[in-house]
Amino acid sequence: MTSATLHSDTTRQQADAWRRQTSLRRFYTALCVGLLLVAMCATMWFADEANAGHFFDRLPHILDFLSWLIPKDCNDVWRALFDIASPNDKGTQEFNFPLGRVYIWGGFYIPEYFELMLTTVNVALVSTFIGFVFAVPFSFIAARNLTPSPILRLVVKRFMELLRAFPEIVIAGLFAATVSIGPVAAIIAIGLHSIGALGKLFYEINENIDMRPEEGLRAVGANWFERVRFADLPQVLPNFMSYTLLRIEINVRISTIMGAVGGGGIGEELKLSISRGFGAKTLALVLLLFTTIFLVDQFSAWLRRKLVGEQAFLMSA
Amino acid sequence: MAATMTVDQVKAIEDRHPQIFQRPAYKRFWPLLLIAGTVLYLAYALWFFSLPQVLRESHWERLPLFLSQWISYDLQPEFRLDQPEITPKYPRFSALGENPNPDWVIKNPDGTYTVQIDGDAKSVTFDKTRASITANGVTVPIALTGGKPVVTGPVPDWMTVHDDEIVAKMGFAGEVRVTVDRVKVRKRFLGWANFVFDTRSPFFGKSAGEVFSLIVSGPELKPGTSNLALAADNIWNNAQWQHGDVWTKLLQTIVMAFLGTLLGGIVAFPLAFFAARNITPSGILSQVLKRFFDFMRSVDMLIWALFFTRAFGPGPLAGSAAIFFTEIGTLGKTYSEALENIDDKPREGVLSTGANGLLVQRYGVLPEVVPIFISQTLYQWESNTRGATIIGAVGAGGIGLKLWEAMRTNSNWANVFYMVLLTLLVVFIFDNISNFLRRRLSRTLHDYNRLQAERS
Repeated sequence: MTSATLHSDTTRQQADAWRRQTSLRRFYTALCVGLLLVAMCATMWFADEANAGHFFDRLPHILDFLSWLIPKDCNDVWRALFDIASPNDKGTQEFNFPLGRVYIWGGFYIPEYFELMLTTVNVALVSTFIGFVFAVPFSFIAARNLTPSPILRLVVKRFMELLRAFPEIVIAGLFAATVSIGPVAAIIAIGLHSIGALGKLFYEINENIDMRPEEGLRAVGANWFERVRFADLPQVLPNFMSYTLLRIEINVRISTIMGAVGGGGIGEELKLSISRGFGAKTLALVLLLFTTIFLVDQFSAWLRRKLVGEQAFLMSA
Repeated sequence: MAATMTVDQVKAIEDRHPQIFQRPAYKRFWPLLLIAGTVLYLAYALWFFSLPQVLRESHWERLPLFLSQWISYDLQPEFRLDQPEITPKYPRFSALGENPNPDWVIKNPDGTYTVQIDGDAKSVTFDKTRASITANGVTVPIALTGGKPVVTGPVPDWMTVHDDEIVAKMGFAGEVRVTVDRVKVRKRFLGWANFVFDTRSPFFGKSAGEVFSLIVSGPELKPGTSNLALAADNIWNNAQWQHGDVWTKLLQTIVMAFLGTLLGGIVAFPLAFFAARNITPSGILSQVLKRFFDFMRSVDMLIWALFFTRAFGPGPLAGSAAIFFTEIGTLGKTYSEALENIDDKPREGVLSTGANGLLVQRYGVLPEVVPIFISQTLYQWESNTRGATIIGAVGAGGIGLKLWEAMRTNSNWANVFYMVLLTLLVVFIFDNISNFLRRRLSRTLHDYNRLQAERS
């Protein structure tokens, strides 16, 4: 046997092995995609069966549903937004715009929807603040490289996990029954959730810091608080801020949903307005909510880019 | 060497690092301004939510009560004293079933009744004319003959005397309420009552061994059905815990997250190629698609949920559709950003072989981004599993609505806790599945990156 045939033999073997490998790989890929498709069809059928109205029965009526949404008089959207009396007002709740005015000083008023939007945004801001204030110390305790005690670290980590996974509406419901139905219960619920969510992100940042400044401070006899304050905090604060801003974006959305289940704010009004089919009011609310969320997102993205640069938008795999 | 630095040395260090020692005023003071701003804002928020008033009017004493109800239940027998004979009466849907005869209600030989709330240490003994309540080592006699209950002797602090009623609170164990014509007892038990079989079931009140032997070899309790089928049916349709309904609703929540995320991914996948700056055939199309993604995200899951609930009626279909629409925006954005960050060399290589547009994407782009795509989708799936709970409460189906309804009555906290535990379990399992898969993926990604680095 010559070396040339030997060589071609190995090549053929390699090629065969490669072909076998790829065909196996293709088989697995096809299997996964197939399973996913089956699961998708099964879940679609399940969701449709369990729903009050079925997809194909309701599909032809989608446009009817849109018909109430488009107001007969487009100016009513602006009137609803700014609480200006509408000529279409026939004493029903659909066009009673001026009733919602919140008078501040004499004839000067804040339109109702702006006030509600302000409530929702304030709920988000205050609860993010609560989350930040507790998450920062927790994150130092929960970080492997900074923790003062491993047992304490485990306790804090589990506690934060629990806060993160606990359904917010249950906390909100519990505090609605003890404190009051309204924004304060929503603040507590979202705040507690934010502690868990921010705490996790924060301690992961803490675990990736450069430890040399910390060692330097340890060498000169600094205690735990001083080490954390002067070695760790300056490194992580921009990242903390960036994640907190991201949390504000998320919390604005959650506090809107909380509103719809009794937490006050714009969510409640939106739910009422859609369920009663008030076209102009719904459009005004959606417009306001959309603009606010868009602006909050854009502002936060701008600020985050200033704080940590493009790192804020990099994706981890 | 001097122990302290001289002025010159200090100045030399300051001169060497002007960016630390001579920072512009705005840089030095912005943390202070930020803190001052935050404090001002908090003061405003305090006023805005009228927090002092809300806290003053809140009922904190209810919180431990509700929390204790998560893991306990109570029985409330009532004894009418104005009937010819004193007999205990239980509420209609009491956890003891139709023939309650608990051993902590004792009919004494002398005609009096004793109810042990916590053994003999916390108990009440009474007949038609008098009652005596024992708790915390004190026995307090009460006379019932004078038209209103009268405590003879000093009143301990755990007892409240109202005009026509005397209330003795015994902490977690329960309480006793005495008027001239009735004695009402509330006795609290740790645990969940009738979690497996409800009081209507023929298996009610039997021990696990008895139930097991009945299922294996007992006579048919209900003619025509096997005992196993009957037991399963009784558990599934347990009237108090509604296992069947709860599990179905939980499955709906999982389905909503799965379906919404998957469909969102399927729609966002092709769109992302047209939205990515480096791949799109036209810059205008890219801009239009990116604004479309922003729009879908900004409209918010709540608005979609409310619209689809109105369009399709309440249920998981509405929830899936809401998550689907939001996910088109979120996944479209992340997918297109991933595409914009790819290494262009493999693409150029495939392009140089004369491959057409589709093949270039398949062999030049996809191998690089698919792990990232899957990873992002898994992450969204995980967070949507959590989000689907809360979206359900507005009518979009799933466990959320059931949770909200159970909480509204303020009396069903044990059921709420049951559902919370199940939700936590589901979130935990899905977190782990998603984390496991993503770790596997990031290894592939890591290997790919390493090979790339070695080759170059």
